[in-house]
Amino acid sequence: MRGLMGGKTVPVLIVLLAIVLFWYVMAVVMNAPWQNTLNGRANLTDVPLTEFALQTFTQDKPVLPAPHQVIGAIWTGLFGSAITAPRSLAFHAGITLGATLLGFGLGTLLGVLLAVVIVHNNASDRSLMPWIIASQTVPILAIAPMVVVGLGAVGVTGMIPKALISMYLSFFPVVVGMVKGLRTPEQIQLDLMRTYNASPLQIFLKLRWPASVPILFASMKVGIAISLIGAVVGELSNNAGGGLGVRLLTGSYNGQTIQIWAALFIAAALAAILVILVGWGERLANRRMGVRA
Amino acid sequence: MVEAKGLGLTFKTGDGDVVALSDVNLEIKRGEFVSFIGPSGCGKTTFLRVIADLEQPTSGSITVNGTSATEARVNRSYGYVFQAPALFPWRTIENNVALPLEIMGYADADRKARVSKSLELVNLEGFEKKFPWQLSGGMQQRASIARALAFDADLLLMDEPFGALDEIVRDHLNSELLKLWAATQKTIAFVTHSIPEAVYLSTKIVVMSPRPGRVTDVIESPLPRGERPLEIRETPEFLQLAARVRDGLRAGHSYEE
Repeated sequence: MRGLMGGKTVPVLIVLLAIVLFWYVMAVVMNAPWQNTLNGRANLTDVPLTEFALQTFTQDKPVLPAPHQVIGAIWTGLFGSAITAPRSLAFHAGITLGATLLGFGLGTLLGVLLAVVIVHNNASDRSLMPWIIASQTVPILAIAPMVVVGLGAVGVTGMIPKALISMYLSFFPVVVGMVKGLRTPEQIQLDLMRTYNASPLQIFLKLRWPASVPILFASMKVGIAISLIGAVVGELSNNAGGGLGVRLLTGSYNGQTIQIWAALFIAAALAAILVILVGWGERLANRRMGVRA
Repeated sequence: MVEAKGLGLTFKTGDGDVVALSDVNLEIKRGEFVSFIGPSGCGKTTFLRVIADLEQPTSGSITVNGTSATEARVNRSYGYVFQAPALFPWRTIENNVALPLEIMGYADADRKARVSKSLELVNLEGFEKKFPWQLSGGMQQRASIARALAFDADLLLMDEPFGALDEIVRDHLNSELLKLWAATQKTIAFVTHSIPEAVYLSTKIVVMSPRPGRVTDVIESPLPRGERPLEIRETPEFLQLAARVRDGLRAGHSYEE
């Protein structure tokens, strides 16, 4: 008991409970008008509050689905059908995951390459950085359809266009972080390398790169989360390829709110898992590089 | 080993020129232990950096190991020990010592032998697998000396290597440095602002003064070469020498400012 009270478990549970409770209350409030209409049509009058609440939790297309409805939809979505079936949420999550990882990989690579160029060349610092920043001020929702449609017109469809949008979002934190990271070495360390007559490549590999690893991981955590957003946004522009974004889109066409919420939660969980995985990578790297625990 | 003739260096800064070195004429012979002493701003570190080709003189000439300073650096003919250990935190002690060897392309087996020999010279056996943060400040600086020794350059340039350490550790490292110097027969140029340290270690003491940075006195030490017990610091010869260094510093230093 003392361990529970002293630890973080109790506060976390209390907050979670409060959120769920609030959600149920809001479900009653927001679904009440439609339930009243339904009950009016069925000539049901004077429904007791508890029964009314239960009715609002079991609507087909509720304005706000109750938590257990969403969890139920996630459960059947993940385990209710074969993983290759278009009904399966796991199938769609897999499609989104593929585009996310490809885009994240490309984005990280691009970000690191740009940072290397910028750090080693003063002119490119001035000439590239403004464009890199400008690229992120354009709303991705405006660019995504152009990319998807444009590439579709030249026959590139499927994972690639979505991955490109992911890359477009995820290279940014990496390039900004790594420009900083590659410049972390102190003058004294650079002087040391100079006394050894080290080549620029050696300075990069033995000093700048290892010095920037902590910042690389911090940037990648941001990058992988927005890669997922990029992939979902890409899917919103093309509902033929499948993916969580397509589930969101078809759900909103058909008023399938439960489906929308289920897809949203899967996307959020996927992002969380990816960030945790990058965090594990970070811990592994830290251990190898002797970072004080 | 090192010869400077009419050496001058002026830094151009936002608010005018700063004369860091002016008309320095100096010779460091092979096997000498030369200390540079003076208040901050006297150019002692700058002179060491000119030898190391980390700064470019604006007038005069300097030869290092018979060549230009740049060639000497390219030939890796000196080891440099900085004020801070400048160890790479992601490398273990042995890998830090191996860093110059990796860069200079030594073969694996040779590298291992040199690392263990260098660590032995600074009494750091048994700490090969530790990371820098697991060592005390004095041990870290010893590791950085081992790193400078690893590729066996004849000239060792040391820029206030023990300046950040407490006096007890400093005394200990000073006597170890003398032993190391005797064992390796290297030429050492050593920057310090501690009179006892300069007198205890050196065969030659170069007294410098600021604004503009210049050499005011060069003193050949009458103390015996090689073994010098720490108690030598209480002998009359030692105290006389220290007094002369102090006088030199006072003469060059204008306190009116």
